[in-house]
Amino acid sequence: MANPKPEELVQIEYQPAPRDWMDPSVEFRKGTFCYSALAKNLNYLGLPNPREWQPLDKDWKLPPNWKQIVLDGMKERLEKYRSFRLFMDICVRCGACADKCHFYIGSGDPKNMPVMRAELIRSVYRRYFTAAGRLLGPLAGARDLTEDVIKEWFYYFYQCTECRRCSVFCPYGIDTAEITMIGRELLNLIGCNINWVLEPAANCFRTGNHLGVQPHGFKDSVDFAVDELEELTGIRVDASINRKGAEVLFIVPSADYFGTPHYYTFLGYLALFHEIGLDYTFSAFASEGGNFGLFNSHEMIKRLNAKVYAEARRLGVKWILGGECGHMWRVLHQYMDTMNGPADFLEVPVSPVTGTRFENARSTKMVHICEFTADLIHSGKLRLDPSRNDRWNVTFHDSCNPARAMGLLEEPRYILRNVCNRFHEMPENTIREQTFCCGSGSGLGTDENFEMRMRGGLPRANAVKYVRDKHGVNLLACICAIDKATLPPLLEYWVPGVEVAGVHELVGNALIMRGQKERTTDLRGEPLAEMEAAHA
Amino acid sequence: MKKAAGSLICVIAIALAAAAAARIHGIQAVIAIGVPYAAFAVLLLGLSWRVIRWSLAPVPFRIPTVCGQEKSLPWIRSNWLESPHNTAGAIARMALEVLAFRSLFRNTGSRLEQGPRLVYREAKWLWLAAIAFHWSLLVILLRHLRLFVEPVPKVALLLARLDGFFQVGAPVFYITDALILAALLYLLQRRMRDPQVRYISLFTDYFALFLLLSIAVSGVWMRYFARTDIIAVKQFAIGLAIFAPAAPKGVGAWFYAHLALVSMLAAYLPFSKLMHMGGVFLSPTRNLANNNRAKRHVNPWNAPVKVHTYEEWEDEFREKMVAAGLPVERP
Repeated sequence: MANPKPEELVQIEYQPAPRDWMDPSVEFRKGTFCYSALAKNLNYLGLPNPREWQPLDKDWKLPPNWKQIVLDGMKERLEKYRSFRLFMDICVRCGACADKCHFYIGSGDPKNMPVMRAELIRSVYRRYFTAAGRLLGPLAGARDLTEDVIKEWFYYFYQCTECRRCSVFCPYGIDTAEITMIGRELLNLIGCNINWVLEPAANCFRTGNHLGVQPHGFKDSVDFAVDELEELTGIRVDASINRKGAEVLFIVPSADYFGTPHYYTFLGYLALFHEIGLDYTFSAFASEGGNFGLFNSHEMIKRLNAKVYAEARRLGVKWILGGECGHMWRVLHQYMDTMNGPADFLEVPVSPVTGTRFENARSTKMVHICEFTADLIHSGKLRLDPSRNDRWNVTFHDSCNPARAMGLLEEPRYILRNVCNRFHEMPENTIREQTFCCGSGSGLGTDENFEMRMRGGLPRANAVKYVRDKHGVNLLACICAIDKATLPPLLEYWVPGVEVAGVHELVGNALIMRGQKERTTDLRGEPLAEMEAAHA
Repeated sequence: MKKAAGSLICVIAIALAAAAAARIHGIQAVIAIGVPYAAFAVLLLGLSWRVIRWSLAPVPFRIPTVCGQEKSLPWIRSNWLESPHNTAGAIARMALEVLAFRSLFRNTGSRLEQGPRLVYREAKWLWLAAIAFHWSLLVILLRHLRLFVEPVPKVALLLARLDGFFQVGAPVFYITDALILAALLYLLQRRMRDPQVRYISLFTDYFALFLLLSIAVSGVWMRYFARTDIIAVKQFAIGLAIFAPAAPKGVGAWFYAHLALVSMLAAYLPFSKLMHMGGVFLSPTRNLANNNRAKRHVNPWNAPVKVHTYEEWEDEFREKMVAAGLPVERP
């Protein structure tokens, strides 16, 4: 089936159908859902109910006691997470969250209003866990847990990217990401999960990274990047792997050394670290900072994250530096220390170049590359030629998690203002803590889900369109690996002519390296603007 | 609309039943004394039970929703209120949330125009109605102290003076009486007219609104129109407060309706969404500081999980690693 055209997709009906929402029936239409997880991945991770099935099937082959499993799972989580119990109880259905969700704006489907997404579980909670619901049933907003409800959960909990934008607007801070995470955990208990989450998770558990790159393959990728950087700059950098005694362990999302345009950012890191003489090493085991466990269960977050501190300890580094990635940083910032800490075998991170002590990371001992680089620039340790980025007219997309989990707002902007000459912000309702998701986060960035991704990405793309039309913006900079993978097709669909780059690609372009040959191209191998002008 | 009509009928039925029952000798005392005491017992026990239940559930992870610049490098100005880095900041953030409804104040409305062009406009009416309602309710509750306590507390007198600032009418017209009615009517019409909000609304959402509205209407009616005997009401209220209750004399049907509706609200509150009153203080996305990397948060049930160890990993890939010249632990 051909994908719908933008002008068809944008015909969105916001008037909800008169049907009562308590009816759980869902139509699984191609392009709007993700395929089921393969049994081999469930088996590898030891997850329940591996089998052959697809969401389009009538029979989902649930275990015979599925209902009890789900209700027991709810009970356990109501006791383990105050967030879950509280968010089940206190929503007043004011509707402030309704049009804050990119999936609602892009689809008009009323069950994509964050309040509704939560009501899908709340209605079951009321029915089985509250006196009012048990007594009064639908009058108190309670409904039975049926197979159709499970299918509905699957459809809508895999139509939420856990971006937490609605939580910014909720008067009680109800966080739909928390509800979706627990909703997915419950589905996981009866084997209803998607392959785009479980395959990366299984790969990551086995090889250390989502893409399943084995250690020798990892070394090939890094060596290749070193060669390429030498061709571009004339400088051969040293990028060691699994080297004991290095000062810093550097961890990136695996797409950085395997995907485009991520790869140019990877070149940027290598150039920067060489220029400042950073004593660092990669790890072929901790060759992934990203964590698709976040999109599966809290338990899986911990299982996949454990290698970060384990490798830091084995290699004997002093502290850890992390590359550009969104959900990776949600895990590193909000979960890692609690789950796998304390990191008392590491030292408080100190920049060896500037002497800055990163007090904000004194417990976790892990610093974001944008914090690190902003400090370098502020201390005047880098020589930069922003004119090398003159062919770009740049805007910055705040990735959901660095923005709403960390508050990393100014660092990337400070860097961008120093490495490029033309920078324009998107409208204020669409950036910083109010930033819109790419529409493909939390494991939904797969081809079979194309239509829903384009719908979910509409608000982001539309804000890009605004700055493209108004200021001639032609590059969207961001600090998230999923963004770099999924924004190019999104922008091509809604706003052709705008490309996507990591912040450190632009740093790498602007960086004047000692001993470099005359730079005629940027890290993409394309002629610099001044060269183009000279040739014209 | 069925949900709205149904809940309105329920509320009216409660009021009528109370007014009718109060005419029957002997039942009067039950309505005036038995029901309010029972209702407030339910309120106190239910409220405590709910809050204790929430408090007993642990907070395994520190998950604030950050709405401003983190505290990182000293030369970058951090937003201590929207991204608090310590407890004081988190308390200030909570205060702003509870007293001024900070998050609701952010509300915007989105509209898809030709182009396509998404437009976000200010949408403050919901915030305004919410804040008008909640503050009016608080002032009205405190004003009621003058009925229950003798001598009347200064705060109640002061509030009554401020509230009657305009000095219009006799008895003096209270601003909050008008505000609470206007706010509730706005919220009600919004719930019924806005297609999205109507879609998400439950029977209980209308019920809560009609209950509050009927309490406000019956109170206003008694004060300004029925002119209920305030001395008799005060005698009765003080009796309740000092646990020496006696049924009031000559206060009329409106008073009984008012009393029954308030009792209903009290008894209903712990089982309803109105518990957001207590819950908002416990919300982990708002009441925690964004200092995750500076200060370790401890999860009381942090359970061990099955991990893939480096040793297992090296065992699987050792030959390939050696061939590629990567260092190994056990060659």
